[in-house]
Amino acid sequence: MRNIIVGLCLTMVFALAALVSLVWTPFDVTQLDISSKLQKPSATHWFGTDHFGRDILSMIMVGAQTSIAVAVVAVVIGMGFGVPLGLWAAAKRGSLLDEVIMRGNDLVFAFPSLLIAIMITAVFGPSAINAIIAIGIFNIPVFARLTRGAALSLWTRDYILSARVSGKGAARISVEHILPNVMNLLIVQGTIQFSLGILAEAALSYVGLGVQPPTPSWGRMLADSQTLISLAPHMALFPGFAIILTVLGLNLAGDGLRDLFDPRLRRVGR
Amino acid sequence: MKKTLTLTSALALIATGALAAQTDVTIGMQLEPPHLDPTSAAAGAIDQVLYSNVFEGLTRFGPDGTVNAGLAESWDISEDGTTYVFKLRTGVKFHDGTDFEATDVVFSLDRARAEDSTNAQKALFDGIESVEAVDANTVKITLNAPQGNFLFNMAWGDAVIVAPESIDDIKNNPVGTGAFTFADWKQGDSITIARNANYWGTAPALEEATFKFISDPTAAFGAMMAGDVDAFYGYPAPENLAQFEADPRFNVLSGSTEGETILAINNKLEPFNDVRVRKAVSMAIDRQAIIDGAMFGYGTPIGTHFAPHNPDYVDLTGNAPFDPAAAKALLAEAGYPDGFKTTLKLPPPSYARRGGEIIAAQLREIGIETEISNLEWAQWLEQAFRGYDFGLTIVSHTEPMDIGIYARPEYYFQYDNADLQSLIKKLGVESDPNKRTEMLQQAQTIISEDYVNGYLFQLALTSVVDAKLNGIWENAPTQAVDLTGVSWSE
Repeated sequence: MRNIIVGLCLTMVFALAALVSLVWTPFDVTQLDISSKLQKPSATHWFGTDHFGRDILSMIMVGAQTSIAVAVVAVVIGMGFGVPLGLWAAAKRGSLLDEVIMRGNDLVFAFPSLLIAIMITAVFGPSAINAIIAIGIFNIPVFARLTRGAALSLWTRDYILSARVSGKGAARISVEHILPNVMNLLIVQGTIQFSLGILAEAALSYVGLGVQPPTPSWGRMLADSQTLISLAPHMALFPGFAIILTVLGLNLAGDGLRDLFDPRLRRVGR
Repeated sequence: MKKTLTLTSALALIATGALAAQTDVTIGMQLEPPHLDPTSAAAGAIDQVLYSNVFEGLTRFGPDGTVNAGLAESWDISEDGTTYVFKLRTGVKFHDGTDFEATDVVFSLDRARAEDSTNAQKALFDGIESVEAVDANTVKITLNAPQGNFLFNMAWGDAVIVAPESIDDIKNNPVGTGAFTFADWKQGDSITIARNANYWGTAPALEEATFKFISDPTAAFGAMMAGDVDAFYGYPAPENLAQFEADPRFNVLSGSTEGETILAINNKLEPFNDVRVRKAVSMAIDRQAIIDGAMFGYGTPIGTHFAPHNPDYVDLTGNAPFDPAAAKALLAEAGYPDGFKTTLKLPPPSYARRGGEIIAAQLREIGIETEISNLEWAQWLEQAFRGYDFGLTIVSHTEPMDIGIYARPEYYFQYDNADLQSLIKKLGVESDPNKRTEMLQQAQTIISEDYVNGYLFQLALTSVVDAKLNGIWENAPTQAVDLTGVSWSE
């Protein structure tokens, strides 16, 4: 329970920062002021300034918005395609269709997620949209497998049998009986995938394949700071901490939610 | 001659013995040569390692860009300026022990200007009518027209003398006449050269030199700080230079290069086909902010496509002063009071990536919204350079004397001006130096006043050198890390 509170609090801080940045930031992040570059943290610039004289606190706030937007859409894509595929495969379990769906998922799953992302952005060019699609695609098999696995065990339950006897079709059973029962699992997995999405966005932006300047991104802030690290360590520390704390918060929240929803797993002590 | 040689080497021995100075050096470089034949490829890294160290030409560049005697001891030029008779040095041997003779010069120059030659600078040899060996130590070169800069041309790394005996394996085992012999090439890591004991000239102070290839700027910083390399030629991260300057262990050398860094404009694309729009873009740019922000102060502002260290350069930076208000008025006059949207495609170097972000912010001030895309070189060449698919892009043109590209309407920024084209054509056949100067300055003015591109700054060559290491070239009259005069003090 403590985990979930700490986790949610951390997540809320960044969500709030992102929300506030929609209407207000201490400084304009698109305004460059070369003459005040690389300033150390001070009362005016709490987190200091970067190599173009931009306020790092403002950039982290807007960067949170970028990270969250990319990760949310990526999880929605993953769930939107993965869950129906998993339900469908479970409904037609053992059939050729099941095999095709699941082996297709294995195929996507076999590639490291970052590699898929690099492939997509290399072909279609780097942009925020392509980063979202890339991260979304590697979420699909995660949700498809999870849904199918959970749904398979549900299909053997008595209440499903009775639903079938009452004449409901496979599609209707999937939506009315299976989906509500796997929802807990999906929410937990969604939180985990959300944190992975933030990491993936940072990684893509770090190698220059994520959102393009001037939109701030934590990953690109890190990349920019790389050669300046001995001169201006604050340029690397603050975006680095932002990534760590957000991911930590989401993981703690995810773990906590899992314990809350599924006491059996807690006993196993995973 | 022999006496002085023994004397100098004796002195050198005493010097090394008495002070036990270091006699090896490790030089860091960003790019590794693709192979080791300077006469058949454009890659600058080949010359950087081999020029003057391993290979020599008839003439050679000094550190200040002057042309000095090389393998040719002296020369006579005929009255009409079309015949050059070179007197070659005697007793010169190639590293494999074969003698250097007039036939080697004939072979090298004939090979460079042959129909199937892959020499990257074939234009250097265009004026040569014939090359003959008069005797073993005399070569007569006949030109088809007088040529003011022939001795300059022969000093290039692409015109060095190679031997027919060793030509087959030159790409892996270069054999020249220089003060150092090629020793070892660990591909992907380093190239080592060692002192040539039989060198005809003054023996170099160094016994061995290693060129280490480090492409990542962060790794370059680490290598320099840890002392893994004694000098870094063309240090890739200008942001670290202030730190090296403040450190008494290092010297920072900042010299000039031939790299005009420009904001290239697609002259055929609307709205850039309107000179007022191009002028507005040029006036929206604060060059000093770009030099400070992207290059940390290293670079010289330029107002046209010409190197400031060239005597024929005209300072035209005043044609496009930084004036956002005037730029906005020009845009309104051209029919874009609210600005417009365009693309800004950026290749990998930091001058482009960082400069691009600054330029995007500056253009936003006058209402021009740019969509930035960061591209790898291959993508940039495909989309922008060959595909004309760009509005704006930033690139440094590092070829020397390349103003002629403005006379090529198919060149990627697609500038088509008949006056300039005929001027460049006339320039090509003009040999009178005064008239050439006048024409070159006229060409610089035309492109500057037509605001063909946004002229940003001349790229600086920055090198970080151990404070005890002397004799590294500050400027880059040619791409070379000449080690013949390098030594350790103390």
